[in-house]
Formats: sequence, structure tokens, C-alpha cells
Amino acid sequence: MTAAQLLAIVLAGVLTYAIRASFLVFAGRMTELPPTVMTVLRMIPSAALAALVLPGLLRPDAGAFDPINSIAAGGIAAVLTSLWKRNIGLSLAAGLVVVMVTRPFLG
Amino acid sequence: MTSQPEELTLRGAFREGALEVLPIVAGIIPFGLVAGAAAVDAGIGIEGGMALSLLLFAGASQLAAIDLLARDAPLLIILLTVGVINLRMSMYSASLAPRLAHVPLFQRLVAAYFLVDQAYALTIMRVDADPSRPHRLAYYAGVALPLWVNWQLMTAIGAVVGSTIPDWLPLEATIPLVFLAMLVPAITDRATLAAAVVSGVVATLAADLPNNTGLLVGAFSGIIAGSLVALRTEPRLVTDDSEVER
Repeated sequence: MTAAQLLAIVLAGVLTYAIRASFLVFAGRMTELPPTVMTVLRMIPSAALAALVLPGLLRPDAGAFDPINSIAAGGIAAVLTSLWKRNIGLSLAAGLVVVMVTRPFLG
Repeated sequence: MTSQPEELTLRGAFREGALEVLPIVAGIIPFGLVAGAAAVDAGIGIEGGMALSLLLFAGASQLAAIDLLARDAPLLIILLTVGVINLRMSMYSASLAPRLAHVPLFQRLVAAYFLVDQAYALTIMRVDADPSRPHRLAYYAGVALPLWVNWQLMTAIGAVVGSTIPDWLPLEATIPLVFLAMLVPAITDRATLAAAVVSGVVATLAADLPNNTGLLVGAFSGIIAGSLVALRTEPRLVTDDSEVER
């Protein structure tokens, strides 16, 4: 790990802590956030996770559009498992099995 | 909950939190292992992985940061990406603040460090089920500490054993699979579905922008689209019953 990488991690940590402490600092004087702000914040988990995961499945290595691949197949298995049971470990296991099984055919 | 037969003690509240979080802790084990293994895989070593787990203590943002660090992305991009992914925690902070208003400032500042999705979700559920409940902070600590210890431990183990994982196990697939397993429960209504679809499509179209900025463009597009759907379909709804990611 380089010094620049450590600096990035430290600053990212400070930023994350600042987000967490933001309202807890003002606890006594704080009430609820305006509903519009809550609505916007509520969109972050699904938007951020979709942006993190979908490009890698549909365009491997940021190349051409190529949605037929073993990781995408495993992703479908992980999504179906998540719809059934909300257990990250179980979804991961199901997805990995499908990736390994389909890799010889789909690449 | 119905009234307890005897008064809940400080220690009792802590123990209750610790017991209730155990199944969740077990479910997070593979995620923590991946966070450690991915750090070593990306070349930032066990020290980089542990620094992330200790300073960020936020899995999704750690994996995104690892990816960016591995490809030497600019500092600003790393901070923006981590910031966007973790911004949801300001919602937890705002929601917990009035419920912990009686707690001294220093303890609130310590509590803030441990504020993760699962600690928030369990605490808010307990407190709102019984607003007269004593020792809220002790319950929160009982939930948060096992999550923290487990996360640090699993990161370390993942970093150590990551390099010995056999080749037939497709390690590079674990990160997208974990994210998908988190994405499904995050989609709770039409608005969050719109946020996910628009974000995913835009991020895919923008995937060849430099330094993974497609992720930011996609996420912001999705947040705007989802918010518009939410404000249109439920204009006067006070969204304090919002689901949390889990």
C-alpha cells in the first residue's frame, strides 16, 4: 500500500464518519429531516448498488455489450435466491455455483 | 412488545441486542471475507484491507474503494464514490438523533462510528416498538459491537486466506454477487426500482468513462429518477416508514 493509497483511505474514513455523525452531533436540537430529503436519501442504496454491479455483468471489463456470460448467469441465480431468502451468504453460494457450472459454456 | 416481567437492566439491554444480531452477523461472514480477500487481490495488502475495515466499516463502499485504488483512480473520484455510497447513513443519523437525544455528546459521537445498516435497522425497530424502553444506547451497543468485531475479524481472515483460495473458485465473481444480494432487498417499491433500473442502465452506457466515473453518473441519474417517481406517486407521503437496506 502506497502513502497516496493510505491517504485516500484515511480521507474516505473521515468522510464516512462525518456522514454518520452529521445529525447525531445535533441530537437535542435536531428533529426529522424534511420528507423530500428523506425521499432522495431513500433512493441511494438501490441506485448505488445497481451502478456498482450492472456494468460489470453486461459489459465485462467495460468492453462491448455482452450480457451472456457466466457471472451474469450467477447474478441471476443470486437475485432469485435473494428473492427467496434474505441471506447474503446463501445468495453468494448459489451465484458462485452457477458461475462455476456455466463458465465452460459461457466464458 | 408486552411489558417485561422485571425491569430491563443496562446489561440486559446489551445482551438482548447481541443475541438479536447474531443471525445477521452469521450472514455477513462471507461478505467480510470477500472484503479482505479483494484488498489483497487488488494489491493494497492486508494492511490496506484492515485500514478500510477500521476506518470505513462499510462493506459496499470498501469494495468500491478497493476497485478504484487498484486502478490508481484520482483521490477526488475515490472520495466522491465512497461519499455517494455512504450518504444513506446520514438518513440513519438523522433518524436516530432525536431518539438518542438524552445521550451525552461524547457517547453519541462514539455511537456514530458504529452506525451501519444492520445496527440502525434493529435499533430503530426496537425503539419504535416500545418508545418507553430504557437503555437504548446499550441495546444499540449490543447490536453494533458483534457486527464490528465480526467485520474486522472476517476482513483479516479473508486477507490471509484469500491468496490460498483455489483457482476453480471464481473470486472475481463474489463482489458483484454480494452487491446483487444487497440490491434485491433495497428495492422496496416503484421508486427504488426506478432508481435501480435507471442507475444500472446509465452506469452501463457510461462504463467506458475514465476512472469509473460512470458509476457516479449512473448513481446520480438513478437517485434523481427514483426521487421523481417517489414525489409523483406519493406527493404528500411522509416517508418515515422507509425500509433500510439489509
